[in-house]
Amino acid sequence: MAIKAQLFITCLAEQFFPNVLKGMVELLERLGVQVAFPEEQTCCGQPFFNSGYRTQARELALKWLKVFGRSDGFIVSPSGSCVDMVRHHFPELFPPGTPERRQATEVGARTFEFTQFLVNQLKVTDVGARFPGKVTYHASCHLLRGLAAREEPKALLRGVQGIELVPLLGEETCCGFGGVFSVIYPEVSKSMMEAKVRAIDATGAEVVVACDAGCLMNIAGGLRKTGSPVRAMHLIEVLTAGREAS
Amino acid sequence: MSQVPTSIDFRANSQQVPPKMPAAVQKATAKFLGNRAALVEALGNDLWQTLRQAGHDLRLHAINHLDHYLEQAERQVTKAGGHVHWARDAEEARRIVLEIAGQHRAKLVVKSKSMATEEIGLNHALESAGIRVLETDLGEYIVQLKGMGPAHIVVPAFHLSKEEIAELFHEKLGVDAPAEAEKLTQIARMKLREEFLAADLGVSGGNFLVAETGTIVTVTNEGNGRMCCTVPPVHVAVVGIDKVVPDWESLTVLLKLLARSATGQKLSCYTQFISGPPQTREETGPQEMHLILLDNGRSRILQTPECRETSICIRCGACLNICPVYNHVGGYAYGYPISGPTGAIFASQILGVKAAGALPFASTLCGACNDICPVKIPITEILLHLRHRVVEGDELEGAAAPYALRMGAQAGAVAFGTTWLYRFGSQVLKRLQAPFVREGWMAKLPAPLDRWTTSRPFPAFAADFRQWWRRRSR
Repeated sequence: MAIKAQLFITCLAEQFFPNVLKGMVELLERLGVQVAFPEEQTCCGQPFFNSGYRTQARELALKWLKVFGRSDGFIVSPSGSCVDMVRHHFPELFPPGTPERRQATEVGARTFEFTQFLVNQLKVTDVGARFPGKVTYHASCHLLRGLAAREEPKALLRGVQGIELVPLLGEETCCGFGGVFSVIYPEVSKSMMEAKVRAIDATGAEVVVACDAGCLMNIAGGLRKTGSPVRAMHLIEVLTAGREAS
Repeated sequence: MSQVPTSIDFRANSQQVPPKMPAAVQKATAKFLGNRAALVEALGNDLWQTLRQAGHDLRLHAINHLDHYLEQAERQVTKAGGHVHWARDAEEARRIVLEIAGQHRAKLVVKSKSMATEEIGLNHALESAGIRVLETDLGEYIVQLKGMGPAHIVVPAFHLSKEEIAELFHEKLGVDAPAEAEKLTQIARMKLREEFLAADLGVSGGNFLVAETGTIVTVTNEGNGRMCCTVPPVHVAVVGIDKVVPDWESLTVLLKLLARSATGQKLSCYTQFISGPPQTREETGPQEMHLILLDNGRSRILQTPECRETSICIRCGACLNICPVYNHVGGYAYGYPISGPTGAIFASQILGVKAAGALPFASTLCGACNDICPVKIPITEILLHLRHRVVEGDELEGAAAPYALRMGAQAGAVAFGTTWLYRFGSQVLKRLQAPFVREGWMAKLPAPLDRWTTSRPFPAFAADFRQWWRRRSR
C-alpha cells in the first residue's frame, strides 16, 4: 500500500516559495508517496504564538487541527519551524485532558518536516538528484534545535551527484530572522544577517542551502542587498534542480 | 548602572552600542565557548547530559521547597554566630546594609563581584550615604572606574581592550600604564591592597547557599573575594533566596557545571565556603557576619509554573556567550545588570513587563540558550510565556501592550484563519505590489515593514501553488 502524505505547505512557503512546494510534490510522488493537499489550510498560527498572542494562535491551531485532523497518515511540510509549532506548541495551547490537547498531540506526532520525513521515515538519502557546484549549508534554528535535525538535511545534500558541500563557519548560528524579531529590533536583526552573509560569502560557495522560508527570505534578501553572487536555495530546490515543474 | 532601572528600551539601547563592542564581545565569547566545549568533550557528552539533568532536578527541588531550605540555612547560620536578615525588596536590602554600615561607622566598603548587589543598586545607595564603595573584582574595578555597570555577568569588562584600560588607568588613577594585561593587573592589585586593609566593611554575594550547614559559597578567580570576606571587620553577604541548595552533595554537581559553563574551567581558582564568623580566638576573619536573604520579586517568579525555572539559574553566563543577539549588542543594551537570555527572563519578571516588556522580545527564539544551559532552563519557553504576558496579560500581571495592537492581532488572525480571505488577500497583494517589484524583490515597503526593507529587500508575493495543484489534479 502506498504511503500517504498530506501537504502542509505553510503560509510563508505558499506566498514566497511556491516552486519549493511544487518540487516537494514531485519529489514525494517520485518516491512513491501518494500526496494530498487539504485546500482549506492557511497558517499554523506561529507568528501569533511567537508574538505572545495565544488567543489568536489557539484559533488558528483549532482551524489547522480541523483541516489536518480529518485524515490519518503523515503530514509533511517544507518548514522545520512550522512543524515545531504544530508538534511542540499546539499541545501547550490547550489544557491537559481536553480533546483538543489529545488531538494536537496525536496529529503532531505524525507531522514531519520534509528532510526528516525522507531520511527517517522513507529511509532515503539519495533521491537521484544532480547539482554540480559548490554548496554550503545553513542550519535553520527550529529545524536544528526544535526538531533535532542536525544530520538529515546534510545527508540529503551529500546524496546529490556532483555536489561539493563546503562547511559554513557558524553553520548553527541564527541568521537574525526570528520572525517578529526582525521588525521589532531591525538593527540587531540586520547585524546578525550581515554576519551570516559575510560567513556565506567567505565559503566561496555558489549556493547556500537552508530548509526554512523565514531564513531564506532573510538570507536571500541580505545576499541581494550586498550584491553577493551567492544564491540562496531551499534544499528541495537543489534536490529537484534540472527537472522543470510540470 | 548602579541605579535600578524603571523602564527599558532595548531598541534604543541596541542602537547606542559602541561600534567596536560587538567584535570584542564575539572574540571573548568564542574563547569561553571553545574552552567550555573542550571540557565537555573531555567529560563525555553522556556524563555531561546526566550532570545537567541532575543539576536541573536538584535546583528545581530546592526552589520547590524554598521555605524548608531557607529556614534550615537560617538556623545554621544563626547557630554559627552569623546574623540573618530577610529583605523583601531592593529598598529593604539597601536599608539593611546601610544600617549595618552605620552601626560600624563605615567609610569604605570593599565589594567582591555580586549580581545581587547590582540588582538592588547598592553602590549608588552607599555612595548617596557618603560611603565610598570599591569594586575589587578586576573587571568590576575597571567598569566602576569607567562609571559603568557590568557588560557581562561573569566577565564585566571583557569588551574593553588593554589599550582602553591603560588609558582609563592613566586618566583615573594618574599612572602611566603600558597596555599589557599583567602590568595593568599589577597596578590594580597594588591599589586594591591598600583599600582591603583600610576597609570597614566587606560585601559579597553568594553563588550558592548550602542549607544543611548554612554555608555561603562564592566562586571566584582572583582571590579578591576572600579578601573582602576575611580582611574587613564586618562581612555582609547579599544572597538571592533562589541560591539555596539542599546539601554539599548537590553543591558538587553544581560546581562541576558552573565553572565549566562559565569560563571553561574544571573549577575556578578560588571556591570559598563561609560557614559563619570565627568561632575561636585563634581563627582569623571578620568579627561579624551578616547574611541578607534577598527576595525582590523572586517568590513572585515562583507563582507562575511556566516561568518557575527562571529561578534555577546558576548565573554561569553560557547563554550570554552563545546568544547571537547578545553577541551583536553586548550586555548594556539589556538595560539591566543581568543581561543576555537569562537576564531577559529574569529582569522582565523582577521589574514587571510594563517596565521591561521589551526584553522577552530581544531574542530570535533560536534556542541555543536552551541547549547550552547547564541546568536545562527552557529559556525560550519562558520567553514565549512572557511575551504572552506582555501582550495579553496572565494571572500575575495585566497586559502591557496597547489595546490597538491586540485589535490588530485579532484582525490579522481573522485574515489568516479564513481560507477565502487569506487566499483573496494573497492574490490582491500580488496585484498591488506589481509596480514595485524588480526581479522578484521589493526594495521598499510601507511601515511597519520598512523596518525590514531598510536592511534588505522583501521578496515579492508569488503564491500560485493552489492554481498549479488544481490544474495538475484535473
